[in-house]
Amino acid sequence: MSQTISFHYDVPGDDFTRAGEASSSVKKALKQVGLAPEIIRNVAIAMYEGEINMVIHAGGGQIDVEIGPDAVRMVLKDQGPGIKDISLAMQEGWSTAPDDVRSLGFGAGMGLPNMKKYTDEMDVESTVGVGTTVTMTVRTHPREEAGA
Amino acid sequence: MSEFFHSVTLDRDLCHGCINCVKRCPTEAIRVRDGKAKILSDRCIDCGECIRICPHHAKKPIVDPLSVMDDYEYTIALPAPSLYGQFNNLDNVEIILRALVDMGFDDVFEVSRAAELVSDATRKMLSEGQLPRPVISSACPAVVRLIRVRFPDLIRHILPLQAPVEVAARLAKREAVARTGLAPEKIGCIFISPCAAKVTAVKMPLGTKKSAIDAVVAIRDVYPKMLGLMKEETSDEKEYLHSGRMGIGWGSSGGESAALLNDRYLAADGIENVIRVLEDLEDEKLGAVDFVELNACAGGCVGGVLTVENPYIAKAKLKRVRKYLPVSCNRVGDGIPRQMKFDTEIQYEPVLQLDEDITVALKKLGQIEEISHMFSGLDCAACGAPSCKALAEDVVRGYNTPDACVFLLKDKMKSLANSIAELGDIIPDSLKGKDKAQTPQREEKE
Repeated sequence: MSQTISFHYDVPGDDFTRAGEASSSVKKALKQVGLAPEIIRNVAIAMYEGEINMVIHAGGGQIDVEIGPDAVRMVLKDQGPGIKDISLAMQEGWSTAPDDVRSLGFGAGMGLPNMKKYTDEMDVESTVGVGTTVTMTVRTHPREEAGA
Repeated sequence: MSEFFHSVTLDRDLCHGCINCVKRCPTEAIRVRDGKAKILSDRCIDCGECIRICPHHAKKPIVDPLSVMDDYEYTIALPAPSLYGQFNNLDNVEIILRALVDMGFDDVFEVSRAAELVSDATRKMLSEGQLPRPVISSACPAVVRLIRVRFPDLIRHILPLQAPVEVAARLAKREAVARTGLAPEKIGCIFISPCAAKVTAVKMPLGTKKSAIDAVVAIRDVYPKMLGLMKEETSDEKEYLHSGRMGIGWGSSGGESAALLNDRYLAADGIENVIRVLEDLEDEKLGAVDFVELNACAGGCVGGVLTVENPYIAKAKLKRVRKYLPVSCNRVGDGIPRQMKFDTEIQYEPVLQLDEDITVALKKLGQIEEISHMFSGLDCAACGAPSCKALAEDVVRGYNTPDACVFLLKDKMKSLANSIAELGDIIPDSLKGKDKAQTPQREEKE
């Protein structure tokens, strides 16, 4: 079995100043592992978006990151309100963010679409009133190799 | 010379081996070894924070002495704009420039002149829209070095233009060769610098193979000599000032950005703030910005370690001396001259990488996590590393052992003391029965 490293983060709700701590820490680990800059970037952007989503919509949550030689897998789990219509939430520009959050420059409706754009695989499971789990995978090899 | 030259040197006699610089270093590049501070060369970005914080003045910038002028037949002073902010009650830059000539320089070529050319070239490149946005300034050598080792994905955002002092040296030398007929090596272009990182930028340039700057002297060394030479009246009719408000504005944070005549910019100064901005840029958190000006020193170049005046006072004085000057006096013309552009690419130096083999690196990362849990988490730095995590990394890289931790050592001593006490309780067989102190538990074990 190949070597993997796991990190666990608790993301506090309603604290914008701390959003981004988890993605920052993962970024450093990925640089230590020596992954290609564009892979690190994809993970960082997708994870930061996810972290911010948790803070804005779900009152925080938990992130588990597994770094392996072939892929970086992120599982973001929250116990928030859940997403009623996932396909609608995946559309660019669609947002339920409250006005005070929008005035901070967030809530442009790019969160989930961006997460999808920067990852190779993304799966959203959500139950209204229970919570949401987003699983994302970024492969560490160039897409041509993995796809063909 | 090693791959990484640095402009900081240690006076071993003055170094107490305290951990002030170790804790302050923004790239965790210093360790205390054998009671003395040691720089991990590949991680140091020449920001000068250790020079600033050392309470014993053991960290010293490497600069050339003023006597370096004697090495050349013809010398040209390249004063940084920050020099103009060092003097009291001054509103005529000409007085400063003439004092440099009276000090013994044959000519003066202001760095602010070249700064205006760089600004003009930057405006052109931004309007052409070829560069990935946002464009990051290449003027601060510590920032460029920081990006090279820590922010690989941002290297392509660095403005591919030489820093103003490099452009100034190239232009000054070419002009002087034409005027004097001397060979280029007989002409010394000497930078009057606020900053030690520029010394590194001259010896180990990034973005070019060879720097045209011949020597770097410190503002603080030139300053006392200049004071006595500054006077209003003069017989020297020559005018040395050829730059305007824009070029001189480069001396403090925000000056380079203001010269772009574009509101979509961000200017951050102070190394911690710079790192925060780069982290945000990496995560694409900063939208709607065309240009990012970053200065490692608080206040910009006026905050450099080789300056004399408080950076914020110097900033106010800079404002005063440039008040009545024209906006800008220098333009690049139709095309951007080749010698202003980068002639070599900046390469990523993966100094954080634990191993070239990704599986080995992952294993090491796991070990670091594991080992760091052995430590107290107080980040006391008594081991000589800036944090428990850094010590764990040093252990995995083979530079140290866990015993460097004073708390682990204390635990070891405690368990050793317990073992000694236990050993003291063991009774030789020949004495058994004569001593009631023997514990039943031990009998069961044996």
